[in-house]
Amino acid sequence: MQMDLDSKLDGLRPGPQGLVVDVQAALKECNVLEVLDELDRELVGLKPVKTRIREIADFLLIEGLRKRAGMTAETPTLHMSFTGGPGTGKTTVAMRMATILHRLGYVRQGHLVVASRADLVGQYVGHTAPKTREILKKAAGGVLFIDEAYYLYRPDNERDYGQEAIEMLLQAMENQREDLVVIFAGYKDRMRTFFRSNPGLRSRIAHHIDFPDYTLEELMSIAELMLRQQMYEWDEASRDAFRQYLELRMKQPHFANARSVRNAIDRMRLRQAHRLVSRGGTVSAEDLSRLDASDITQSRVFQGGIDTDDPIDEVERGT
Amino acid sequence: MRITQGTFSFLPDLSDDQIRAQVQYCLDQGWAINVEYSDDPHPRNTYWEMWNIPMFDVRDAAPIMREIKACREQYPRHYIKVNAYNFNRGRETVALSFLVNRPAEEPGFGLTRQEVQGRTINYVVRSYATDKPEGMRYDGAMPNGSGNGR
Repeated sequence: MQMDLDSKLDGLRPGPQGLVVDVQAALKECNVLEVLDELDRELVGLKPVKTRIREIADFLLIEGLRKRAGMTAETPTLHMSFTGGPGTGKTTVAMRMATILHRLGYVRQGHLVVASRADLVGQYVGHTAPKTREILKKAAGGVLFIDEAYYLYRPDNERDYGQEAIEMLLQAMENQREDLVVIFAGYKDRMRTFFRSNPGLRSRIAHHIDFPDYTLEELMSIAELMLRQQMYEWDEASRDAFRQYLELRMKQPHFANARSVRNAIDRMRLRQAHRLVSRGGTVSAEDLSRLDASDITQSRVFQGGIDTDDPIDEVERGT
Repeated sequence: MRITQGTFSFLPDLSDDQIRAQVQYCLDQGWAINVEYSDDPHPRNTYWEMWNIPMFDVRDAAPIMREIKACREQYPRHYIKVNAYNFNRGRETVALSFLVNRPAEEPGFGLTRQEVQGRTINYVVRSYATDKPEGMRYDGAMPNGSGNGR
């Protein structure tokens, strides 16, 4: 433990008064600032989340220094819960969190294992324990991200095996604290009920981070970012059309923030390809990268329909 | 007689930290690991009992060390080995295999010469330990130690 940070800090160490460390330099030495800056740059919005993560990183750095100075011996509890709507960047932030924890020396490998109910809970008696144990083994030395954690607990069925998985997780969270950091994620209100019915879990979680839904402007910049990454361009007209599309789509059910934006862009690309092929003739590089307003306005949303993100629905309706 | 099977067997027994470092090396190569035990030390005994199922996709040595510890607790007087499997050539093949536990006393092997037709002699190597049935082989030798000098 602390190997990474320790070895990095060796070079910074002491003045005549004993342990004197330049905190900012220490952060830089562990390459944590890099991750934090990357987070700022690549994720649109999410102000409260970014602030919280900086706070946690600062805390962990100081805690590491305190440990070095012999002021504390135990590893702080690092288990977290991420709450927020779908597509608000919980998994992405969890991945960055794993890197930060690794660079500060709190997890040894720094990988992220994503698991949901199906990966942890078995189908019959005696099936749950080996499944959960296997996931715990895979996640050792890294971060275990449990998506939609509330599905683990089914209060309506007292013979549900979910409880068994929760108990094993609890045990691992307590006994293997140096090996494993667990992040529970899901919608805010359902997570609240989940924690209320599992008080043991709640008390073992040190950090709660809430992910707010994106505003329209933030979603627009996310779309710009995605298009730029995929080498597409759009003009004022298509930008306005997309803004209108988002306004309508946001009011509809199952709106999944950044994920819906990505899906909408994917459908725009489909329509663009179809437009280019059916037009025939020659296609220039500019044509290939340009999205037309008509690629957007063809969406069902504009006819009062629902643009679900459900692929089966899509097929049945024949988009 | 000290059994020398697998990698590192001519070295002094590895300490737990050394075992952990070897295991971590295997995991860093992307190899899968399993733990096996046996109380039949014959060199041709390739089929050892499996301790749980092989562990795939594990990234850190800690859970594997826990399995080794659990196996030692249950079989303190057996031979226990760690196998690492490499899939690079399209099938799981053993890339590294080494002992992590051995009985405190190893009685060694006897050589039997069997005269058969003519002047032909067949040689039979037999472990003294296998005189007793499986599971009872190293019992009397050790009152309460846990093999491997630990």
